[in-house]
Amino acid sequence: MELLRMQAEELSGRIKRGELTVWEAVNFYRERAALAEPETGAFLSFPEEDALKRRADEVQEGIKSGRYQGRLAGVPVAVKDNICTKGLRTSCASKMLENFVPAYDATVVERMQAAGMIVLGKTNLDEFAMGSTTETSALARTKNPWNGRHVPGGSSGGSCAAVAAGEVPLALGTDTGGSIRKPAAYCGVTGFKPTYGRVSRYGMIAYASSLDQVGPVGRTVSDCAALYEIIAGNDPRDAVTSKKEVHIPWAELSGAPEAVERLKGMRIGVPKEYLGEGTQEEVRKAVGETAVLLARNGASVEEISLPLTEYVISAYYIIACAEAGSNLARFDGVKYGYRAKEAEGLQEMYRRSRSDGFGKEVKRRILLGSFVLSAGYYDAYYLKALKVKRLIKEEFDRVFASFDCLLTPAASETAPEFGTSLPDPLQMYLSDIDTAGVNLAGLPAISIPCGFGRNGLPLGIQFIGNRFCEETLFCVARAYEELRGALPAVWDKEDERRECSAGRRKAV
Amino acid sequence: MQEEEKQYETVIGLEVHVELSTKTKIFCGCSTRFGAPPNTQTCPVCTGMPGTLPVLNRQVVEYALALGLALHCEVNRYCRFDRKNYFYPDNPQNYQISQLYLPVCYNGEIEIALAGEREEKENSALPEAAGTGRKKKIRIHELHMEEDAGKLVHEENGDSSLVDYNRSGVPLIEIVSEPDMRNAEEAVAYLEKLCMLCRYLGISDGKLQEGSLRADVNLSVRKAGCRTLGTRTEMKNLNSFRAVSRAVAEERRRQIALLEEGKKVIQETRRWDDAKGVSYSIRSKEDAEDYRYFPEPDVPPVVISEKWTEEIRGRLPEFREEKEARYQKEFGLSAYDAGVLTQSKHLAELFEETAVLCGKPKKAANWFMGELLRLLKEKGMEPEKLMFSPKHLADLITAAEQGKINQANAQKVFAEIVERDVEPLSYMKEQRLESLSDEGMLRLAAEEVLAGNPGLVAEFHAGKEKVFGFFVGQIMKKTRGMADPGKVNALLRQLLMRGE
Repeated sequence: MELLRMQAEELSGRIKRGELTVWEAVNFYRERAALAEPETGAFLSFPEEDALKRRADEVQEGIKSGRYQGRLAGVPVAVKDNICTKGLRTSCASKMLENFVPAYDATVVERMQAAGMIVLGKTNLDEFAMGSTTETSALARTKNPWNGRHVPGGSSGGSCAAVAAGEVPLALGTDTGGSIRKPAAYCGVTGFKPTYGRVSRYGMIAYASSLDQVGPVGRTVSDCAALYEIIAGNDPRDAVTSKKEVHIPWAELSGAPEAVERLKGMRIGVPKEYLGEGTQEEVRKAVGETAVLLARNGASVEEISLPLTEYVISAYYIIACAEAGSNLARFDGVKYGYRAKEAEGLQEMYRRSRSDGFGKEVKRRILLGSFVLSAGYYDAYYLKALKVKRLIKEEFDRVFASFDCLLTPAASETAPEFGTSLPDPLQMYLSDIDTAGVNLAGLPAISIPCGFGRNGLPLGIQFIGNRFCEETLFCVARAYEELRGALPAVWDKEDERRECSAGRRKAV
Repeated sequence: MQEEEKQYETVIGLEVHVELSTKTKIFCGCSTRFGAPPNTQTCPVCTGMPGTLPVLNRQVVEYALALGLALHCEVNRYCRFDRKNYFYPDNPQNYQISQLYLPVCYNGEIEIALAGEREEKENSALPEAAGTGRKKKIRIHELHMEEDAGKLVHEENGDSSLVDYNRSGVPLIEIVSEPDMRNAEEAVAYLEKLCMLCRYLGISDGKLQEGSLRADVNLSVRKAGCRTLGTRTEMKNLNSFRAVSRAVAEERRRQIALLEEGKKVIQETRRWDDAKGVSYSIRSKEDAEDYRYFPEPDVPPVVISEKWTEEIRGRLPEFREEKEARYQKEFGLSAYDAGVLTQSKHLAELFEETAVLCGKPKKAANWFMGELLRLLKEKGMEPEKLMFSPKHLADLITAAEQGKINQANAQKVFAEIVERDVEPLSYMKEQRLESLSDEGMLRLAAEEVLAGNPGLVAEFHAGKEKVFGFFVGQIMKKTRGMADPGKVNALLRQLLMRGE
């Protein structure tokens, strides 16, 4: 269990010092995943053992030769299955891409590989990242590692569940309306959505291009920051990526006193609209306690108002669906992916392939998107949503003129039970209220566990930063993490049998 | 019918797609070279693989700006791309990245030259001879950038189709005119002018036949004097100026016939069949697709600064009209010659350099207008393909002027220059084409000829001037054509007078 409790950076340190081989680390997690998977179902696919071993040896070699020296060299990582991995199936959890093997690596995957990380497997998600529970996956069911009757949240449910269950120390997720932060909150892990334009989207199979962002999921703020440092930064293949330099506050992240020190004088706003009626009492309480804790340690915490919050969900779903409808048009059975067999003629082939290949929620969003862009409706819906988006962004801008960051819930409740969300899609859409505004405004935000609800499921809070001010966000989050103290992990309550079996396999 | 037709006015607007000759595609690094084996100039981006993103080729913006400025357009300082959504297998993403809301340039105009008293173009190997006739301004509605689609290949006696994505992502500029043209001549003149501009700018081959320039004709008719526009049709598949011209005439006739029968013109897209000289409806406005345009989220808006615009403006070449005027003024050429020489920028540049190097612009012009155009016509060659160095031609002209080579031989050397860019002076030496400038040799030959034909000499003195030509011919024969006819003439006269 010692390996399991290690932060990713420490794991890498041991490997670099020769106390542990890369393969031992990889194999440790591989075996843990093999044990946990029947329960969690976080992964959709794994590389062949041979390929994994070769890669581990190559990284071992690279560490020896000094090619891989970074903080996460030798660390295994899971990748959400809507991010392209060369030669490794990338399905978007859809029947449409069930057998799709990309011919190229996403930029983020390339960068992780160049940093000596090892892709351990591909994780489950809501089909094409459309959903908040991972229940719309056409290929697998991922359960919340804290309680198998509950969903892990979505759409990066596989990545968050895998990290929570200790199947991998770090994972990549994608966040379009909260898809990293919500499952992170439900699973009790840390999830970070960077500023729009910080991380390359090249190779991420698009859901809503103007909102999508890849980000890390990990056990701690510092692990997330380390992975973010690797994947962030300008990419000539994604024209919207910024050229701004990425700076990680390592002094604060590694030294707890430094982080807490940074809190002094920090101005933190708590928007009251995020604590409204739909928010569970215990979530509200958790945010309140967090505010008090931060204030006691020198931050100035104030209630603020973001009145446009009530328009977030409408604007978000109109824009996201409009872009999704267009982005998913390429899945037509012509070039790759699912093609209906007995279709007569081109139109029929299109219709049948897309009708059979896409699931219900995906089709709902494509239809919604096509509708809001149709002649005669464009101005009333799409154009208006764009205007609302701009106003929301401006509203955040005004707040950030006098605040360093905002504190909100990451989700207004703990993870719901299976089968309770999908029957009422509108209700499910509304549950994105805590997270989607951040995407509309292109802001960075981090979801951190803050305790447990009465049902024993994790609760999460969210810090929202100003555009490109990830540094501040990391400092506040790290300080909070320190002040909060350690929380129990899933494996702390794992049964004896698993405890032993994992212990026996301990490599060191 | 004839009489009724005369009462109608034709109204024409053109949508022209120009394929740009950038090295790489508009949104990826693939080559745009034409004619490569299918799908060899493709990558994940231009085949629409999941997860790929477009990155704009700035050269495309520069080309679009250059053409926009040449068309006297206003520039959108903040221009943006939009997605045009439609399903077709030649379009790998099932959307085309184009511009609808904020096109790069708008509100322009160009002047077209119409025949009027235009001189005949008999002598020209080039498509159009210079105009001295009427001018007309055609307004440009807008100019925008977009990507081309791939190509579907329908398998013969097979039930499947194949897609070649080599052309997918090749940059296009679409130029939309206002409905300012009134007949086929104007439409063709407008197209010729656009082609000319594109070639002068070096942004495209600008060839209708090869598809690097594609024109769709929007046409309606109305009773003369009527102010409102009639219902229009859009004609596609026009692959030559002649096709444009014929399609305009035929569509005008078809629409007038409909109206005269009391029927209505249906707003629709039609396809021209040039072999049959008729058009077919492809789709009516009711079937028109809703393209669900929206701003392209993957390509950031292009901010076009005043500075950038001025840089491009500063790099605009001297266009044909300016060259024409200057050649007349500086070189004293006729309007006709200036017009012909400037039909191709490359030809004009070759001429100009030659003229300056030999210092005899009119002589140079004569060579170009006469011998060069004749050669081009004979070889069926385009002026663009000419490869010779103006220095070589200038040296030849100078040599001919100095009598170092006679006209007939100079023409031979000239052909060699055009063919393989030979250095004329050494070539003349090698091939012994230099004129006999040695006075003694020439005199000897002449004296021999005269001495050998005493009877004819007598005839000459008796006033029979004709025999003079015979003597010249004989001398040329003796000197194997290398003598300078001028010198031979002078010498012969001198000898004959003396012998008198």
